[in-house]
Amino acid sequence: MLSQLGDDAKLLAGGQSLIPLMKLRFANPSHLVDLNFIPGVAYIKEEEGAVRFGALTRHAEIEKSGIAARIPILHDCAAGIADTQIRNRGTIGGSLAEADPSGDWAAVLLTQKTEIRCLSPRGERTLPLAGFISDAYTTLLEHDELVSEIVVKSPEKNSGGAYLAFKRSAPVYPTASAAVHVAMEGDICRDAAIVLGCVGLVPVKATAAEAALRGGKIDDKAVTAVMEAVRTAVDPQPDMRGSAEYKRMLAAALVKSAIAVAARRARGERVEVSHIYA
Amino acid sequence: MPETIEKVAIQLKVNGKPHSASVEPRMLLVELLREEFNLTGTHVGCDTTYCGACTVLMNGVAVKSCTMFAAQADGAEILTVEGLEKDGTLHPIQKAFGESYGLQCGYCTPGLMLSTYQLVSENHEPNDTEIRKAIAGNTCRCTGYQNIFKAIRLAGHSMKGA
Repeated sequence: MLSQLGDDAKLLAGGQSLIPLMKLRFANPSHLVDLNFIPGVAYIKEEEGAVRFGALTRHAEIEKSGIAARIPILHDCAAGIADTQIRNRGTIGGSLAEADPSGDWAAVLLTQKTEIRCLSPRGERTLPLAGFISDAYTTLLEHDELVSEIVVKSPEKNSGGAYLAFKRSAPVYPTASAAVHVAMEGDICRDAAIVLGCVGLVPVKATAAEAALRGGKIDDKAVTAVMEAVRTAVDPQPDMRGSAEYKRMLAAALVKSAIAVAARRARGERVEVSHIYA
Repeated sequence: MPETIEKVAIQLKVNGKPHSASVEPRMLLVELLREEFNLTGTHVGCDTTYCGACTVLMNGVAVKSCTMFAAQADGAEILTVEGLEKDGTLHPIQKAFGESYGLQCGYCTPGLMLSTYQLVSENHEPNDTEIRKAIAGNTCRCTGYQNIFKAIRLAGHSMKGA
């Protein structure tokens, strides 16, 4: 259908990013194809060591899902996106396909083993999330292709993740956000994933920060090195939410807090965190 | 752009009553409610998905009606502030907002009452954290929120066993 409607046609999922952009005339599609009337595309299932999300699963459904809560970082994200009304409409698939630089899901899911199943008239293909978002508002999706399912592999034992996003008030996009996942072996951090949101055109994978955490104890010295690496890795734009330097410091501080929560969760503790706002 | 815009025929229930309409694809749900159905209790505050003055319930959950197209409400059940009152009797949520002085200018009130509706339908005794989270998408520039919290606690209490 999209191929018939031409290049200016767009898909409409939850619409909580696209409709505001259309009102500002930043997006001006000639046709919208509303996906919301398709049955059976909103679900959360656990199978074969993975959690599978239908692309049109709303943030609010993920927030309330016992299956999703088994991977706490997913609950951190779903429970804090914007506000109740937006979580009732916005979808996980729409968030990834829209690839807004300030979106929440991409940063979170990049710390997990995540695959995107995509559907087009040519058939189905599965892409790793890493590399799926190529630029601001740009993904590897072809014009006539859509996201059908998001597959998140269950994290290994003795590992834990956390997502913290700071925003000035509930409905706005975060000023900066940090997603962290650590795999522990006793006191030693065996592996780490650190991804920052809202501080670049695409989510920033802080590889030097991950290396600074990997292979040693998570102590003050390691965390200081991680924070320094995060400040260097991010590339924030100064805007009404804050200066570039402020956002660098904020991203580093969020990573520090997220590491502490992730490490406690890796030890099996229950810790509740979500977006931080006034 | 096409010269004439093809309209979309929709059917929906608003406050229990069936309605049909023929809408431009670009029409927002809040415009349909206010301009076609004359239900002007639903307000437009910011028109940028921020303030929540346009909040209505769609199929039982709170949505911002300025951030949905009218055509997307085809087949849906919508509840607006006008649907709260029954046969001249105010709804317990409306009474609670009045009795607790949970409003001043009243602009945000319809939206806040519908966010309250979703909250207290699920939870009659919300704590402050739960209330805060439930109304985080509704901006009030008069009250300072304290009396709104009182109103929501009272509404939950009145609706217990209802």
